[in-house]
Amino acid sequence: MSSDLTTEPLSEPSLSEVGLQGVSPFQQLKNLWKGDSGLIPIIIGLVVLVVYFQSRSSEFDSAQNLTNLAVQSSIFMLLGMAEIWLLLLGEIDLSVGVTCGLSGLVSTILTDPQYHWSWFIAMPLGVLTAMGVSGFYAFFVIKLRLPSFIVTLAGFLAVQGLLIYFVDKQGTGGSVSVQEAVLYDLVGGQFTVLATWLTIFISVGLLALMLIRGNERRIKHGLVAQPRSIMLAKIIGLVLVGLAMVWVFNSNRSNFLVLEGMPFAIPIDLAILALGTFILTKTRAGRYIYAIGGNAEAARRSGIAVNRYRLLAFLMTGFTVGVAGQIYTSRLGGISDSIDSTLTLYAVAAAVIGGTSLYGGRGKMIHAVIGGIVIATIYNGMALLSMASATQYIVTAGVLLAAVTIDQLARRGSTVLR
Amino acid sequence: MDTTPEPFESVIAGPQGSGVAPSDGPPLLSLRGISKSFGAVQAMRHVDLDVPAGQVTAIIGDNGAGKSTLIKTISGIWAQSSGHILWKGQEVHIHTPRDASDLGIATVYQDLSLCDNLDIVQNMYLGRETTKKGLLNEIEMEIATRKTLSDLSVSTVKSVRQLVGSLSGGQRQAVAVARAVMRESELVILDEPTAALGVSQTAQVLELIHTLKSHGLAVIVISHNLSDVFAVADRIAVMYLGTLVHEGPISQYDTASAVELITTGRSSRVPNTVATSV
Ligand SMILES: Nc1ncnc2c1ncn2[C@@H]1O[C@H](COP(=O)(O)OP(=O)(O)OP(=O)(O)O)[C@@H](O)[C@H]1O
Ligand SMILES: [Mg+2]
Repeated sequence: MSSDLTTEPLSEPSLSEVGLQGVSPFQQLKNLWKGDSGLIPIIIGLVVLVVYFQSRSSEFDSAQNLTNLAVQSSIFMLLGMAEIWLLLLGEIDLSVGVTCGLSGLVSTILTDPQYHWSWFIAMPLGVLTAMGVSGFYAFFVIKLRLPSFIVTLAGFLAVQGLLIYFVDKQGTGGSVSVQEAVLYDLVGGQFTVLATWLTIFISVGLLALMLIRGNERRIKHGLVAQPRSIMLAKIIGLVLVGLAMVWVFNSNRSNFLVLEGMPFAIPIDLAILALGTFILTKTRAGRYIYAIGGNAEAARRSGIAVNRYRLLAFLMTGFTVGVAGQIYTSRLGGISDSIDSTLTLYAVAAAVIGGTSLYGGRGKMIHAVIGGIVIATIYNGMALLSMASATQYIVTAGVLLAAVTIDQLARRGSTVLR
Repeated sequence: MDTTPEPFESVIAGPQGSGVAPSDGPPLLSLRGISKSFGAVQAMRHVDLDVPAGQVTAIIGDNGAGKSTLIKTISGIWAQSSGHILWKGQEVHIHTPRDASDLGIATVYQDLSLCDNLDIVQNMYLGRETTKKGLLNEIEMEIATRKTLSDLSVSTVKSVRQLVGSLSGGQRQAVAVARAVMRESELVILDEPTAALGVSQTAQVLELIHTLKSHGLAVIVISHNLSDVFAVADRIAVMYLGTLVHEGPISQYDTASAVELITTGRSSRVPNTVATSV
């Protein structure tokens, strides 16, 4: 089975020796299902969820609710992407939820009237706090070779303790609220309608251009490439997603005044997605993270400074958790001393629902984005239908199990990396 | 079966030697009194070995004799517990795989050391990726991989973008060998390179070893298959219970004496070239 889809055997004669012949259309469809479009089952699942919620509640597809959904997904997406850096290594971080809270807390306290630091120092410091926590874990996991499961479990307890200590020290009754406009506006503020159009237009355009250029270069060099029809379908899909985003964010979502434009949180998610995907797919560092997750000893024998790239992955986790912390705080308008303890588990679930493996070596940033949307959709839709949280937990569990099962079945016999 | 070494010529990225080994001057690699212990287990004791350029040195010995331990020491998987390694007559310290590959040592390990979750191209270039403006140059790596594999007549893989985890044992071995000869190296070490190979693939690898040698590279090959050893080796070194008990040109040995050395550590049929101090 070929990893990519074949146009025609554009190859020089020697290729048939290597057996790189064309692939039948049926095989192509099968590959599309199993191969680099392995996201299709979960996207279908998402569509089913959306159709269901829409049929039960007309409010579901209102601009207001969908924007709210996008912001809710943000947190799961970002924490899921944070988790993927470690999952790729076969490690895990059980403390992303509380660390995200701690990061937001640092930024919130430093910008409040008591300290009154500028946001552009306080917010990076919040992110750095989360990176510090991850760096601390990295020491125990990389240098002392302790299992990350245990180290971050201890970390979870310790960070939870720190959180309670610092919140209570403020003496504001178990929570501190955001006083800084910039921090508040991450979720509360938005682009103008024009800026929303431009941002989405440019993002979709760039992505489409990169896809086409990459594929055309493969065709030019006589390598196995995707048929232009599949490329076209992908690009149409991208444009539709872009248009849907413009429609959602640029509709007026307030009954009393005009409230339109993309919340700042969304381009931040996209930037983090782009950064992570870029590092993982285009740089040596990314390649080495996959290699270490697949076979650390083989990576070492290939001359890779294994520990350096492990540390990089930990720090990327910390960085992403820190960014998530800013958005989390912004959305809640503050931080309380009790962070929802399911947050970390949802982060892992987001990554896994999208198709990332817990055993290391397999996963992509986009997985957490799709998984995050799925989790937020369930959360959001169930709330709209005023279903009990009991139902919500059980449905999420079902989706998680179904996603992993379908993924496992689809991968049987699959020969390509996803 | 194609018997001309032609196809390999373009693959081997070693020093473009005249094909004649320098008979004077120090050997490419010399081991002096190399020992290696794992805690209380002494896996290798006082090994002395010279590996000349332009020749194939076969290391033979029973299971657990210490052959892999020896070549892993040379490849920088671990440092020796005691003893010296000389490279072209100069003492060198090989503590990491990078040290070894910087010297020009390429190794195919017994377990192949491939990443199953990466594809063939990614494995072939692992640790030495081609980049363009700092970013991975996938197209160039893919083209070169296809060329290398087709030059080596690895004809059974369907796509170079196939995951290595989905390959057969023999295909994996072929990828590991191709990966080692593609690197610019002066010494190629092959730990049981034909163990999982079929008849024609084995012949390919033996032929490849000939070609490497004719390019002036030094080759160390470990094999349990004595007919393969007698087909390609110029020199034989026999290990027995962690000691190098015998070493010399292939002409000194026949199958019977080799078997005797492997199983008992001594043989009355061959002159003693190594002072055995068991
Ligand atoms: N990492 C290790 N830790 C402890 N002991 C080891 C280690 N590696 C090898 N040994 C021991 O060293 C001895 C020699 O092993 P080695 O792998 O070198 O044998 P070998 O000659 O390659 O055998 P085979 O033909 O089976 O591959 C064995 O007794 C083995 O148990
Ligand atoms: Mg061995």
